[in-house]
Amino acid sequence: MSSDSVNTYGEDFDAVLDDGSVLTVEQRAALDTVERAQSTKDTEQPWAALGMKADEYAELHEILGRRPTSSELAMYSVMWSEHCSYKSSKVHLRQFGEKTTEAMREHLLVGIGENAGVVDIGQGWAVTFKIESHNHPSYVEPYQGAATGVGGIVRDIISMGARPVAVMDPLRFGAIDHPDTLRVLPGIVAGVGGYGNCLGLPNIGGEVVFDPCYQGNPLVNVLCVGTMKHQDIHLANATGAGNLVILFGARTGGDGIGGASILASETFAEGGQAKRPAVQVGDPFAEKVLIECCLDLFQAKVVNGIQDLGAAGLSCAFSELASNGDGGMLVHLDRAPLRDPSLAPEEILMSESQERMMAVVRPEDLPGFLAITSRWDVEATVMGEVTETGRLVVLWHGETIVDVPPRTVAHDGPVYNRPMARPDSLDALQADSPARLPRPADADLAGLVLRMIGSPNLSSRSWVTDQYDRYVQGNTTLATPDDAGVIRVDEESGLGVAISTDCNARFAALDPYHGAQLALAESYRNVAVAGGRPLAVTDCLNFGSPEDPGVMWQFAEAVRGLADGCQQLGVPVTGGNVSLYNQTGSTPIHPTPVVGVLGVLPDVAARTPSGWREAGAQLLLLGTTRAEFGGSEWAWVEHSHLGGLPPAVDLEAERSLADLLVTAGGDGLLIAAHDLSDGGLAQTLVESSLRYGVGATVSADAACTRDGVDAFTLLFAESTARVLVAVAAESVPEFTERCERLSVPVVALGTTGGDALTVEDRFTLSLDQLRTTHTAALPAALTL
Amino acid sequence: MRIGVVTFPGSLDDRDAARAIRLAGGTAVPLWHGDRELHSVDAVVLPGGFAYGDYLRCGAIARFAPVMDEIIRLAGPPTAAAPGLPVLGICNGFQVLCESHLLPGALIRNDHRHFICRDQVLRVESTSTTWTSGYTAGDEIVIPLKNGEGGYVADTATLDQLEGEARVVVRYLGFNPNGSYRDIAGVSNASGSVVGLMPHPEHAVETGYGPESDSHGALSGGTDGLRFFTSALQGVLSA
Amino acid sequence: MGRVVIDVMPKPEILDPQGKAVVGALARLGFKEFAGARQGKRFELEVDGEVDAAVLERAAEAARTLLSNPVIEDVVAVRSAD
Repeated sequence: MSSDSVNTYGEDFDAVLDDGSVLTVEQRAALDTVERAQSTKDTEQPWAALGMKADEYAELHEILGRRPTSSELAMYSVMWSEHCSYKSSKVHLRQFGEKTTEAMREHLLVGIGENAGVVDIGQGWAVTFKIESHNHPSYVEPYQGAATGVGGIVRDIISMGARPVAVMDPLRFGAIDHPDTLRVLPGIVAGVGGYGNCLGLPNIGGEVVFDPCYQGNPLVNVLCVGTMKHQDIHLANATGAGNLVILFGARTGGDGIGGASILASETFAEGGQAKRPAVQVGDPFAEKVLIECCLDLFQAKVVNGIQDLGAAGLSCAFSELASNGDGGMLVHLDRAPLRDPSLAPEEILMSESQERMMAVVRPEDLPGFLAITSRWDVEATVMGEVTETGRLVVLWHGETIVDVPPRTVAHDGPVYNRPMARPDSLDALQADSPARLPRPADADLAGLVLRMIGSPNLSSRSWVTDQYDRYVQGNTTLATPDDAGVIRVDEESGLGVAISTDCNARFAALDPYHGAQLALAESYRNVAVAGGRPLAVTDCLNFGSPEDPGVMWQFAEAVRGLADGCQQLGVPVTGGNVSLYNQTGSTPIHPTPVVGVLGVLPDVAARTPSGWREAGAQLLLLGTTRAEFGGSEWAWVEHSHLGGLPPAVDLEAERSLADLLVTAGGDGLLIAAHDLSDGGLAQTLVESSLRYGVGATVSADAACTRDGVDAFTLLFAESTARVLVAVAAESVPEFTERCERLSVPVVALGTTGGDALTVEDRFTLSLDQLRTTHTAALPAALTL
Repeated sequence: MRIGVVTFPGSLDDRDAARAIRLAGGTAVPLWHGDRELHSVDAVVLPGGFAYGDYLRCGAIARFAPVMDEIIRLAGPPTAAAPGLPVLGICNGFQVLCESHLLPGALIRNDHRHFICRDQVLRVESTSTTWTSGYTAGDEIVIPLKNGEGGYVADTATLDQLEGEARVVVRYLGFNPNGSYRDIAGVSNASGSVVGLMPHPEHAVETGYGPESDSHGALSGGTDGLRFFTSALQGVLSA
Repeated sequence: MGRVVIDVMPKPEILDPQGKAVVGALARLGFKEFAGARQGKRFELEVDGEVDAAVLERAAEAARTLLSNPVIEDVVAVRSAD
């Protein structure tokens, strides 16, 4: 590691560099400076190749009063790309803030707009969490795409001042038996595991979903949770003229140049991989060291503001820090330590080299800062300082190559009001009700159960999850396959959090507004099932091209649905991510609004597992079942059918149900609780029985009679607001009374025990047979 | 009783090892890789993780850290004057011990080439070590295993010697998760003061945070690993 | 500026899971004639001046001390890059 950059800029920023490097006359003449731009307004510039639109280029002239320099063009082109600027989604995302009531803000310490939201969980503790996507890079280079996806979201969490404590990975792939799935899935899983395990972050849950719509565009979403004390919250702003701007972490190389603007704003041509832009390569060891270094820096209180370098690298860090602050910034770009000395200033500004952070530090704190980075062998360079000019000025060997108002780069970028139109095909899709599909006879139910639990989306995920460390940090008390991941935050009191991520994209395809609410409802329910009181929401909105009015309509509806749903449930969106242009050619993916909900447990010892260990417990079904099969797993597995309407959403019922489960769980009334979702009651019964290898005997009759449905419907419909609970016999009266008080429908199903799952008068399936079938699908498809 | 826990750049389970020591009744002393000072600890734990990113080979760079010079010096063959500093190498720590030649053999990539995290059943083969004296030979315990490079290998002569001298400390039972020769999960030096194993006893010390079932599939406290640490503390007490 | 190249291979008797994976993948791609594969490492060390016998000896020592683990690897070649 070079010590020159550490020592030289400690006192006098205007000093000539130690190595005496200056530009040659030729280099100086070739440099596109602000001065040159002022006098050469007709110079041709590659704005289109950089992904900029003509009107945006014109707008830039307006803002600057001249043509941009090539460095400025590079900066604006990445920062105004869809991925960085959210230009197509901003007008819709405003609803999250607008629909957040005062009551919902009660526990919010930091809301939307920062790197991640921060929630107060009590006892002086705060939790920050967020989901992000890294879809397109993972299609190009599965391992590195997924790995750097983990790296990116973890850095967002660190930059809030938190210690990252867990990750979750909602993943979506094409058909399980397609050769390209075999190309991407193992690499993506290895990348998530390789990076996350090496950082020491337990992977406590996620999803693995197979659907042909993702064939040319797998989805890699990663959630990270971090914890800190209230006083440790850090924000990304540069305030205080004279404060130093320090770049630290890995050196800058040619990684992902233009990755942000080119990759995420374009779709993949069908059948081709004609464009292979540079994908970022991650080094988890460097990030682990960075985590520890940052935590030491925070503890020493030598950091005033902090920002991680993600998409758009230095362009983003400089402009966001300056824009969030109250003044301007002056930086010497040539001071950036480089892996590749041949990089031009434009490339340095666009580089997406990983494992880099930027801090704003008071001059008096510099020695302390450098002592800590030195101890961890992390390279740190003073790049410049906060100024009072209100401008972001970037120098290259003393020449001004960037001079812009930072807000125009980072926050006041273009805002589009894309045309939206409800797709014509939607009426036909919704009219194609699953009611017309043939139902199985009672005698066929056993075979159906086996086919369902052995199907790609309902089978065991352990081929994937066994590649993830769940133990590191020693605070994981519940993890997949349970409904939520539960992490202890305070070792003394047992205070902790529960997190779940969910989305049923088929539901969203049938009805984006309600589909988004269904994702929220499921995640909310899963957190409550584990015992967590839901407090906050994050989202990762994966959609097709915003230039497709049908997709834009789906997006607008989903955001509206999610915002309305959050308001009804009283949980605010604290931050999230939008990923657009997920298509193969002109076919968009299903609208996939992944929703993550975070809840709190005063003592994680009271968390509720999804299965029972003892015989003789009473099984109760909470909620009501209706013949709702639109978008169901049954319709898909048995009939390749997607049509009709998704199950009805009842957020009031979800709220009551959650209240019931959280308090009952906290009071020790629940032996187990497992939510009903994909695959319905049959799936839930099988999963809970296999959890600890204790079976159950249930009768469908009481529930069927009460709800007016047949056994098949009871077992396979996907009505919402339903949970299976196991309660000790002596607790049933009290529990039932609580259900009545909260107006939660409850019906007795049966009893736990034995080595089989029996639905009386319908079928008996041994646990051995269920286990063999349930665990076969992924290894069979993925083992070479 | 003071047990040092070394932190290399990239160590991950150092804080978990410290917790295990505390729960066992000892005092955990953090030891920095760059520091030759061992602060008069009575024993040392080299924790799990990815020291130096596993660059070159797992443990290959860590074994040359300044703190290791001191540990190697003190943990070497015991003499009348110096009985040999007890050292427990867990996972990455085991790899460091092998690279340091404090233990024979080496760890290579899992034979199936995947990272694997599972609750592994082990049989305690030797209780003549500082770290397993509190078990009974033949005990079947469940300890989390989580690694990508856990295959224990050595030449036949070395393997025979280890078996002959009862220096195989724990063995995989029921399922070999990584291709380790002779199902060896952990070994010791001749005097039993230095032990290395791939599974993580520090993750089976607290009810609710460790494995959920014991080796017979029945509900367990998930605390089978605590005895690694209490054994050392008893031994130190009675030394 | 001289360069020394060092080749390190796993010992023949040691299990080489990566080599096994390589052969399997080659076969699936149609390269069925390659019956075996072993995967090793190649290091390139830069040194001021020429690579003479003394430099090679030092490189060999570096190879024995750090670049290879003699328990599982052999240093199969130490030579000048040119």
